[in-house]
Parts: sequence; C-alpha cells; structure tokens
Amino acid sequence: MRRIQVLLCSGTACQSSGSEGVRRALLEALGLHNLLDEVQIVETGCMGPCELGPVLLVYPEGTFYVRVKPEDASEIVTEHFLKGRPVRRLLWTEGAPRPTEIPFFARQVKLVLGNCGTIDPEKVDEYIAAGGYEALGKAVTSLAPHEVIAAIRESGLRGRGGAGFPTGTKWELVRAAAGTPKYVVCNADEGDPGAFMDRAILEGDPHAIVEGMAIAAYAVGATHGYIYVRAEYPLAVQRIQTALGQARKLGLLGANIFETDFSFDVEVRIGAGAFVCGEETALIASIEGRRGEPRPRPPYPATSGLWGKPTLINNVETYANVRHILLRGPEAFAAVGTEKSKGTKVFALAGKIRNTGLVEVPMGITLRELVFDIGGGVPAGREFKAVQIGGPSGGCLPASLLDVPVDYDSLSQHGAIMGSGGVIILDDAACMVNMARFFLEFTADESCGKCVPCRVGTQMMLGILDRIVQGQGTEEDLTRLVEIGEMMKKASLCGLGQTAPNPVLSTLRYFADEYRAHIRDRSCPAGVCPNLVRYVVVADACRGCDACRRACPTGAAQGKAGKPPYRIVDDLCILCGACFDVCPFDAVKKEPR
Amino acid sequence: MTKEAIAAQHPRSPEALLALLHDLQLANAGHHLTEADLVLAAAHVGLPLSAVHDAATFYSMFSLRPRGRHIIRLCDSPNCHLAGAWSALDELRRLLGVDIGETTEDGAFTLELTSCLGACGVAPVMMVDDEVVGNLTPERVRETLVRYREGR
Repeated sequence: MRRIQVLLCSGTACQSSGSEGVRRALLEALGLHNLLDEVQIVETGCMGPCELGPVLLVYPEGTFYVRVKPEDASEIVTEHFLKGRPVRRLLWTEGAPRPTEIPFFARQVKLVLGNCGTIDPEKVDEYIAAGGYEALGKAVTSLAPHEVIAAIRESGLRGRGGAGFPTGTKWELVRAAAGTPKYVVCNADEGDPGAFMDRAILEGDPHAIVEGMAIAAYAVGATHGYIYVRAEYPLAVQRIQTALGQARKLGLLGANIFETDFSFDVEVRIGAGAFVCGEETALIASIEGRRGEPRPRPPYPATSGLWGKPTLINNVETYANVRHILLRGPEAFAAVGTEKSKGTKVFALAGKIRNTGLVEVPMGITLRELVFDIGGGVPAGREFKAVQIGGPSGGCLPASLLDVPVDYDSLSQHGAIMGSGGVIILDDAACMVNMARFFLEFTADESCGKCVPCRVGTQMMLGILDRIVQGQGTEEDLTRLVEIGEMMKKASLCGLGQTAPNPVLSTLRYFADEYRAHIRDRSCPAGVCPNLVRYVVVADACRGCDACRRACPTGAAQGKAGKPPYRIVDDLCILCGACFDVCPFDAVKKEPR
Repeated sequence: MTKEAIAAQHPRSPEALLALLHDLQLANAGHHLTEADLVLAAAHVGLPLSAVHDAATFYSMFSLRPRGRHIIRLCDSPNCHLAGAWSALDELRRLLGVDIGETTEDGAFTLELTSCLGACGVAPVMMVDDEVVGNLTPERVRETLVRYREGR
C-alpha cells in the first residue's frame, strides 16, 4: 500500500534545474529507510512556476516544495515522510504548504493544464484514470460527426494559436470540402519567444493531443494525421511518440477504433529550426519536404492543404480543449470566459515578474490580475512599465491599460494580440525603443524572404530603429515607421509579416515620448541604448583602486591610485563599458546623456 | 550504420526529407550534411537535388559545413536577452575562444545562436546537444563546458 505519492515535475525547465538528481537522491533516501514500498515517485509534466524548480508536490495532503536540491532529499524523507512534519524551509510561502493556499495557483482555472503536473505523462493508464479517451469513445460510438462539430461550434472555442478563428467553423469547412483523403494536422511548431505552453502540454499530457486529434479526424472525416513538432523540443517528441505507441497498442489509434468503422492514425514530423513554419501554409510545405515558405491564401488548407487535399490544422492548445467540450458539454465550456472569447487561455509569464511560468486563466481576466495577483508583480526595487503580450509580433501595453480584459478582441483593439499567449513583463529599466527594435530584429531574422513587404519592410524598419537608438533619428523617421508598418500589415503574405510591425506601432502609440527623447534630446531615458548613455564615477563609492583606469582602452578613465574619486572624460569615452564591468565597488554608473 | 542503411529506414517519399536529413547529419562526426548526403537524400525521396539543397540551406538546424562534437545553441530571443543572455554569450566566447558560428580548435564545440527554446521560465537558456541548460550565469556556463569536456 502506497501511503505517500510524490509528484516530481520533470518538464524541461525543472529538468534543467536538476529534477533528475532530486529523483535519484529521493530514491536513495527512501531505500535507506526502507520506504520504497510506501512512497511512490511520479514524474509529471510542468506544474507552472518554472523559476522555482525543481518543484515537487507531496500527496495525500498536497505539500508543495520548491527549489529542491538533491541534498534536501534525506531531510524530506526523515522529517516529512517518517515523522509527518513538512520541511518548512522548502515551502514556497511560509505557513502555506498547499497549492490551493498560494495565490499563484488559487486564481487559476486549470482545464487544459489539468493533467499537467498531476499525472505521469508516460503512463496511458493514468490518463485514462483521469477521464482520458472517454470523450473519443463518446464521440465515435454515440455522436454523428456533425453533432461533434455542432458541440465544438456551440462551445465558442477559438483557435489558440493566435488568430482566434472559430474552431467549429474551421472543422465544418474541412468536413464540407470536396476531395479525399483528408488530413488532420497538429501545429506544434511553437517558436514564439516567451511562449512555451504547447511544449508543456506535449510533455505533460501528450494523450490529450492524440485524443483531440482523433475526435477532430472523426468529425471532419480524416483517416490520417500529423503532429509537426520543433526539433528543439526533444522531450516533447519523445513523450508524444510514447503516447502514440500506447494508443495504438490499446486500439485507440489504428483500425476500427472502439470497434466502429472509424480508423485513424497519427505520425510525428520534426521541424528543423524555422520560426515561419508555425504559419500553416509554411508548415504544410515543410511536412511535404520543401522549404517552409508560406503561400498566398485562399485557397485555405481547409480546401487545399497537405498534398492539395482538405486539411484541418489546429494548434496544440486548441486540440487539448476538445475533449473537455465533449465531456462537460459545450454550455459548461462556454460558461467560462467572455462573450466572444470562451474558455480558458494558457499564458507563459516571463520577464521581470516574481512568478514566472505557465498559468491558465479564464478569458476576460484583467492584465492586472494576471500580472500582479497571479504573477506576483515586478520584483522589489523596480516598477511595472509595460507588458508585451502575444509574442514577438504582439504589442506593448502600458500601465494605464492594466485593466483591459484579456480576450481576443479587447487586446487587438489596443494594438496587441493574443498570439500564442506569451506575456513578457517589462520594468522601468527597459527602454521601449530598444525593446521594439529587438522584437523587430527577431522577425526580420525569421522572415522567410518570399514576399517583398515583409522581407524589405522589416529591414527598412530595423534600419530606422537602429538610427534612432544610436541617437541619429529624425522626426520624419516616426512617420516613416508608421507608413511602412501599416503597409506591411496590409500587404504581407502571411501572419509573420502582417504582425511584425506590432511591437513598433504599439510602442509608438503608448511610449512616443521615449522615441522623441531619443530623437530630439539624443537621450535614452532608461539609460539602456549604448550610444545615448554616459559613464560616471560615483565619488562616494570610488576607492581609487585604479581598476577602471587600467581597463580603459582610451584613457578616458582618469585618476591616481589611492586618491579617489576617479573620473571619466566624456570626450575620450567610447562607451565600451570596460570600466563599468571591472569596478569592484559598483562605483561606475550608467546614466542618460 | 551505412548512409544507405539510414536512408532505408525512411519511406521513399518527399515527406521523409527533413527526418532523413536530420539522421544523415547526426551520422557525420561533423554534424553536417555533405554533398554526397544531399545526393543520396534526393535519390531516396525522389526530389531534384536542387530542391534538397534548397531545404538543407533554409532550415537553421542543418549545416553544410562541419561542426564540433557538441553544438551549443544560445537562445537570443528578447526574453533571454532581457534576462542577461549577453553575459552568458561573453563568457562562452571567452572560454571557447570562438565567435558565433565558429568551432573550437579542438573540434569540441560549435557556438550558435537560436531563436526561442521555449524555456523562458528559466531564462537565459542554452541547449547543448539535446540538453537544456537554464538560469545561465557565467559560472553555470563554465560548469557546463567542463562537464561536456570531461564527457559528462
């Protein structure tokens, strides 16, 4: 009889902070105390708070430990498992051992992530015990395909990959399309900086994707499916392969599923490092063995996709929602969220925020609740400045918009997008012009180069931004940025080019003062842009150690050893930052020019 | 395993191209694709050599030039940059004595940049072969390199 279960997060983030070492140490300590029969260790997918990893959850009572090290294992075993006293120093917050008592968890509604961190993703039995494959069984044995589609439509589910197209409508289009065979594709080519929910779902609950795809295939009349995963996600690839093998063995994939006429199987296709392959037509080209370039739409994949056949292509998180709609009913699903954005959305919180990681919240929650209540706000000493939402082609929203509800339509109204749900929090140390330049550099790099508006537009905008951050911008540059950005939105071939100007346009809208400061005053208010800062020595902190003078390549740092303070001569300084890097007393400071 | 045997594991269809190129690349000590590999792949999947060359040069994970035994991919997405990827890059450059895209003299490491690795919760992040190393600090960079130099 197992009296204790230890859920150990073994998602990529926790693995990288050493969860495997913790597992081995725990096993060793359990063996030492003869507890191997009483305590079970279950390796799960992502539990959410990545920065606190490795994390583990002890059941039955639900004690949540963070930042566990291998050397903590023996104390956990002797104190907690043997004597029943939680190890207080490893709790997230003193006096609140259970996730339900921690605001980070308490404010979330976990539907899609419900199994992530609570089941062993490599054991199909655990998935089935959690209600897995029940929805598929229900669909193929008791519902007609059009009834499945009707349920999806009534639920109000919209595509979680970013654009928010109504999922039921898309399924209906594929069902109605002429041509056989039809294909079902899962877009698992998540490459948005700041978003990692798709990987977490693939790693933590792979069967949910298999089940969602199988239900979709039944509904649209497909017999074959593909999961296109980034090669950068080896753990996700391995877990999904395991899941597919298990599903085949149990007859949940293959011929005559649940002893019906419905047959369906799925194969994995691995990408090779190209952000643009997240775009559906580029992804299809890549599966077909070509370079991953988008093509003009229409025709949409629904009518002419893989090998020119009708193809349903949805994102990972979208498929993960499907089984819940069939199990709980479309009304229950639609009861969560706002009028036009139903259900929950998974967000990846990153940047200058206390609690980084994955969170799932009802649509319509405000940015303030997301950033401050769940995310814990900006770490002490700094102030919230902006939230960049929707990935590299999302928008930056300022503090004044913190009460905007997070749903597809409100976000786009304010110049941001849902995107795949990446949320990056910026504090007052961030320069918004530099930040916009950065995101644009990313999309310029990742532009496939096929269409002129995107290929040339991103480069032109980048050139202008380069000039501005170097203090060589002009007023006309601002008008040019808007012109080029608007042109790209209208004329680019695919979503990459159409949304690439968003970070620039949104920062121009909300942080125009910062652009003006760079242009008119040749100054960077945040003290970030290298050409627009100066280095100064804080007299009180300088001890006259001579390190800066020795490091300075141009003789700008001047002074005499043992006779503080030193000084830095602006005219000689080339802003290399050598003095800043070497000063052992933090006496060299950067300040806006 | 011979290259022919590797190819034989893949269906003779264009949709096998990317997976085949990955496997061929992995089979070379230099983690790269040779001209002969491309010719073999083209014949196997039934695509013109030009189309295979096209694909091999489009995707950033393929290389036509030999690389080191271990490939280090440092994430240079905005998130990791915000979290201090640049100081990790400086340390990598310093310790390896190479710049981005170059291979160390002993052939042990190739240093590359990559876009988002999807581990932003532990940014800044790099990937060494298949291992994700997060919360990078100069010390962690040093430890990781030592670990790989000593063969894990």
